[in-house]
Amino acid sequence: MHKKYSKNAKQNILPGFNLSLGFTIFYLSLIVLIPLSAAFIKTTELSFNEFWAVVSAPRVVASYQLTFGASLIGALINAVFGLLTAWVLVRYKFPGKKIIDALVDLPFALPTAVAGIALTAVYAGNGWIGQWIEPLGIKIAFTPIGVIVALTFIGLPFVVRTVQPVLENLEAETEEAAASLGANRWQTFTKIIFPAIWPALLTGFALAFARAIGEYGSVIFIAGNVPFVSEITPLIIITKLEQYEYASATAVAVVMLVISFLLLFAINGLQWWVNRRASALS
Amino acid sequence: MSISTTLPASQYSNYQNKVARSRATSEPVWARWTLIAIVLLFLTLFLIVPLAAVFTEALRKGFDTYITALTDPDALSSIKLTLIAAAIAVPLNLVFGVAAAWAIAKFEFRGKSILITLIDLPFAVSPVIAGLIYVLIFGLQGWFGSTLLDHDIKVVFAIPGIVLATIFVTFPFVARELIPLMQAQGKEEEEAGLVLGASGWQILWRITLPNVKWGLLYGVILTNARAMGEFGAVSVVSGHIRGLTNTLPLHVEILYNEYNYAAAFAVASLLAILALVTLLLKSFVEWKVARDAQIDEKS
Repeated sequence: MHKKYSKNAKQNILPGFNLSLGFTIFYLSLIVLIPLSAAFIKTTELSFNEFWAVVSAPRVVASYQLTFGASLIGALINAVFGLLTAWVLVRYKFPGKKIIDALVDLPFALPTAVAGIALTAVYAGNGWIGQWIEPLGIKIAFTPIGVIVALTFIGLPFVVRTVQPVLENLEAETEEAAASLGANRWQTFTKIIFPAIWPALLTGFALAFARAIGEYGSVIFIAGNVPFVSEITPLIIITKLEQYEYASATAVAVVMLVISFLLLFAINGLQWWVNRRASALS
Repeated sequence: MSISTTLPASQYSNYQNKVARSRATSEPVWARWTLIAIVLLFLTLFLIVPLAAVFTEALRKGFDTYITALTDPDALSSIKLTLIAAAIAVPLNLVFGVAAAWAIAKFEFRGKSILITLIDLPFAVSPVIAGLIYVLIFGLQGWFGSTLLDHDIKVVFAIPGIVLATIFVTFPFVARELIPLMQAQGKEEEEAGLVLGASGWQILWRITLPNVKWGLLYGVILTNARAMGEFGAVSVVSGHIRGLTNTLPLHVEILYNEYNYAAAFAVASLLAILALVTLLLKSFVEWKVARDAQIDEKS
């Protein structure tokens, strides 16, 4: 395998391989790899027991539960409504569709701080939406539900944008065949369409989940930030930093980094699988 | 064409699908409109209402208050710093993106998939941690803290730190956009240019970059939007020194925490306009790509 590759590299007549790869690795190391390694090296200042005491402190554990729980619920909401949105955008015609399609990317483009204060204003007890929901006994802003709302917002484009192209490329023939063999629409969806799109759906779900775990800007305004109740893990890191507890801030950061890296590898694996399926099907 | 244009390459098969889609492979009218209504309600609650709220809150106290908030010296200096950070981060990541895409798309080498994963790393890292790592290196207690202090250079709680954090969080955008495009283009055109006597730089300027110009533009738009809007990473390294190390998003936070809501939303509305312009440019680029693809198909 490796021999074949190096032979190909020699046959390649295009110039600039050493320069472009050299610069890529240099810049990657300078901006990303060396600074990230600082986090891992800083943690070695703590003994293992100290490290464990920091990352398993009750307040920190409560923040993991909120961060991961709310991220999971947000990603699930996005999986359901993202799939519906992608479906409606690909299959149906309705007025304002192009604008809706473009607006789906708003959470990518809107700065998180702006999203945070806007969601807070809307979902607070006196806000446009909050004033209708609060009389039902449900408080959104300044509770864990507010965290879920913010994390749903920032993860919204992922499922739509991963499922949409797969749905667009589905051939009509298989659905026609299913219909002519007597399947109703629901059977066709569960037996024909869903199996084709679910790897993309899972990828979008994982992307939304991964994005939500690290999110800070949109959450802190709406969360209320009450320790043990509505305090997310990134805020714990900031709080420790402001108290000049660099080593323990870094310890919590390392826990998050490891989990994020594992998720990144899982997502890359998923995407590889989706692409392989796509090329196998076509 | 009435079909959405996310993946321009799929335009043609789309069209076939649409023509072939008959009553047997579509839903009844009531189901269609129920689904559309659910989606519109969801997007209204999560996207449209919050976006409208930014502008309503910004203008709640009148247009004069709005203008005053934007022309306040602290607001102006935060606009300036945001522009400076983007003006440094975007070109650097653009050069990196082109170099990385050239190496990855045009050559085979060991460890390529690892390199692609490593380029994605900044996407997976929480912005707060992105800020933290630069504090660990350049902060007073950090690796180079005492050296920097001796030479009276400030990185953290100063502009260089903000620029570094901005570069980190926008690191992968251009590369991610260009790599699949340049892989799809292959290298025949470049090799033909080489055979005809073009130098490497001529090939890059005359063949490769013109071929990927829309993807490049899209990558730059995304990088710029994120650079100007970054909050978490910049918040950690900035030190929140008013009028000195505050970017636009940080200025929004300060005003908001002072209960100066009208001013906070006024400054936020600038960033919301930036986001809307970004979406508009994105739609334009997608339309251009789809049109170019159609022209290619006809010729």
